[in-house]
Amino acid sequence: MTTNDLPASLRAAATPIVIVGHVDHGKSTLIGRLLYDTDSLQDGKLAQIVESSRKRGLAVEWSFLLDSLQIERDQGVTVDSTRIPFHLGGREFVIVDAPGHRQFLRNMITGAADAEAAVLVVDALEGAQEQTRRHAMLLRLIGIRHVIVLLNKSDLLDFDQARIGQAEADVRDLLGRLEITVEAFVPASARDGDNIATRSERAPWYTGPTLVEALASVPAPASRLALDFRMPVQDVYRFDDVRYVAGRIERGVIRAGDRIMIGSQGQQATVAEICRWHAPENPVAGAGESIALRLEPDLVPDRGDLLFPAQETGTAPIRTARLRTRLFWLRGEPLRVGESFTLRLATAEHDVTVASIDAVVNLDDLTLSPGDEVPPDGFAEITLVASHAILFDPFSPGYSDGRGVLVDRFQRIVGGAPLLGAAELPDGAHAIHPTASRVSLGQRRALHGHDGGVFWLTGLPGSGKSTIARAVESELVAEGLRTTVLDGDTLRAGLCSDLGFSPEDRRENIRRTAHVARLLAESGQAVIVALVSPLIEDRALAAQIIGEGFHEVHVDTALAICETRDPKGLYAAARAGRIQDFTGVSAPYEAPQAPALRLETDGALAGTVSGFREFIEAKLKH
Amino acid sequence: MSLVPPSPATTLATPRAMDDLDQLEAQSIFILREAYRKLRPLSLLWSLGKDSNVMVWLARKAFMGRVPFPVMHVDTGKKFPEMYAFREEYTKKWNLDLMLGDCPPVEEIDPSLPPAARSAARKTAGLASLIEKHKLRGVIAGIRRDEQATRAKERVFSPRGAGHRWDVRNQPPEFWDQYATPYEDGMHIRVHPLLSWREIDIWRYIERENIPLVDLYFAKNGKRYRSLGDQDITSPIDSNASTLAEVIAELENSKTSERAGRAMDHESEDAFERLRVAGYL
Repeated sequence: MTTNDLPASLRAAATPIVIVGHVDHGKSTLIGRLLYDTDSLQDGKLAQIVESSRKRGLAVEWSFLLDSLQIERDQGVTVDSTRIPFHLGGREFVIVDAPGHRQFLRNMITGAADAEAAVLVVDALEGAQEQTRRHAMLLRLIGIRHVIVLLNKSDLLDFDQARIGQAEADVRDLLGRLEITVEAFVPASARDGDNIATRSERAPWYTGPTLVEALASVPAPASRLALDFRMPVQDVYRFDDVRYVAGRIERGVIRAGDRIMIGSQGQQATVAEICRWHAPENPVAGAGESIALRLEPDLVPDRGDLLFPAQETGTAPIRTARLRTRLFWLRGEPLRVGESFTLRLATAEHDVTVASIDAVVNLDDLTLSPGDEVPPDGFAEITLVASHAILFDPFSPGYSDGRGVLVDRFQRIVGGAPLLGAAELPDGAHAIHPTASRVSLGQRRALHGHDGGVFWLTGLPGSGKSTIARAVESELVAEGLRTTVLDGDTLRAGLCSDLGFSPEDRRENIRRTAHVARLLAESGQAVIVALVSPLIEDRALAAQIIGEGFHEVHVDTALAICETRDPKGLYAAARAGRIQDFTGVSAPYEAPQAPALRLETDGALAGTVSGFREFIEAKLKH
Repeated sequence: MSLVPPSPATTLATPRAMDDLDQLEAQSIFILREAYRKLRPLSLLWSLGKDSNVMVWLARKAFMGRVPFPVMHVDTGKKFPEMYAFREEYTKKWNLDLMLGDCPPVEEIDPSLPPAARSAARKTAGLASLIEKHKLRGVIAGIRRDEQATRAKERVFSPRGAGHRWDVRNQPPEFWDQYATPYEDGMHIRVHPLLSWREIDIWRYIERENIPLVDLYFAKNGKRYRSLGDQDITSPIDSNASTLAEVIAELENSKTSERAGRAMDHESEDAFERLRVAGYL
């Protein structure tokens, strides 16, 4: 058997359909209408809509059907994806509703990623908008193979053939640039029901399918049985002295007696038995089945090891430590080069670092351009490097190959990475493959009794940074906290002795200090940095390098007082012109606008220091 | 290393075609195995109802005939006698490691909730104390999207913050079978292996696999229970379906909501969501 075509006696699984589009282009209305037209409503539901609409003094609103959460009704937007089954002829569908509000992109992905087909709802009058482009881009990146465009609210164009033709051409052009082939453009009115389930009388010129007809002709999922066997190991169990290698077959077929390769180690084994519980005995299993294998010899693969045929008949998996990937970025802050993540690939986890951001998608015109960062909800092509070779098959729409997901060190999913292939090394470049720690923050916390963090003291020369840093260091160590002070002058005596005081050298000084501070903080220490760091831009660089553990502390001593103290005689020298570019005299100091803590030094030092110590303890011990 | 030649290509066995139940089963097994691997200590909520029996059955499928973690029954003390008898019998037959949790008296529950919701909230409090007592990181629960609109919003792996609250506005992304496992002290993850199943799928699977059930689900004197909660807040529906086949036939022709007999769902528009945010299933 080489296809997934089921014998007539077997029921097919429901076909998931995702509905996407710009906010207010009519997605929820469309779904309500579809359910009504296909008579898929539960008996109680229609009454609930009518009741809800009546309570709010409105005519029947189809979208109320979906707005089942109180908060959605309050805000008037659909917050999260929902799934609603409906029937069409003999076939079952599941509608996935995805929100149009852009801050909820991750909910849309959650709903859309499993869909077999998508309906992209576009307001015929407004045309493609920002979220239309964003959703279309996402349909491509998550691998939806079939796209139907619903030109909604066509009644606003009086179903005029020329004007609708123009709207269609615009959307066709947009999707063409994304290499998305559209199955059908349907001029429709979801509110009035035109061309949803029944043919519109207002557009006699239209000869294409209604939406329901277009959905009914979406083909069944492509067969994965004819492809080469792949099974990522999910877990290994030992029950009653039998070892089971458990996993789900992602594609292909496995038979007892088959010879397989295990992961990237080059070990081979023979499948001794395909094990199931309370299921018909069958010495063969195919794509989609969750099974367990007994191997001969009785090897113990790791979770994440890819099992594949020892003798490849088709294309072997790619093996590389440099990966080229597309990216959809879901974190609230931008992605920058040098950040490290866990790349999850099926059941495998690999430590990776972003080596380069090769191109960023401009969502206004869908062009690619070079960029330093990927903005929240943005799309890009990037290069990831790992500390060892990763085994994978490139991403292909409709299949589970190459579906990478980036996870941060708090185990949060921050991006999707459809893997394209091995990355070429740029000419003349020396490949670096950073490794990431396997020790979790929780383990560090258990070891030290507190978290690590960086407390970055900025202030004029003579403001008291070093004095405060050394005093608080003593108090923290007395309290049992692991503490390091990175003092400006101390660093300049060693690590940064090659640097002067030009703006470029000051920035390099800050970059090096920030990287050292980050390493120490990641090892679990309280790090106190005492550095003039006069420019907002330079401190922003430090904050970016250090990340979430960065706390800016302003030692806020007036220039006149610093100059009076002048512990190192530097102000006098600067005023006399013997020192150039001296902060506060001949170079600017930009005070922080909103520091995490402001220390004033006009009172007793002991009070300032104990306040600072309490602040640090509150941040690191919770 | 010598290569063994592949077996002769002439009489190769072919995989059995997967129907919708096979696909649901395979996906649920995948989810249960992820939970067992990633979330320890882990436990499964066994309410003794049809869905949680299917879940226990799927766990046995995933782990070659055994359930390698404890199952919990949060006992309101108000279940039907038939359910307690069922619990005794199948704890032994299925070799389950059963943990029991008690619920606080109704007087200790938020008095601003409507009466039936207040009664249901006892179960939430009982569950919370079991989770804390055993420091559970994963709790497997048998909710389904088609049961109730609020449940349709759920994730397969649904993080619960301190106080077990469900942050419905700030759920993690979940796609390509990758499940979020964020962890801070006091958090746990609710795992929902049946999220994509529908009521009719559950019944067809029970019939196919011959999974035992309490007989309250089958009609006597023109009434049967479609959903089983506490005795005082669950009502039977009118039905003559007294066998599995008859129940399935009845459901295929019904468009009434399954939880129509559950009083707390209908007291006010947002009562059920308030229950869920606070930790109710």
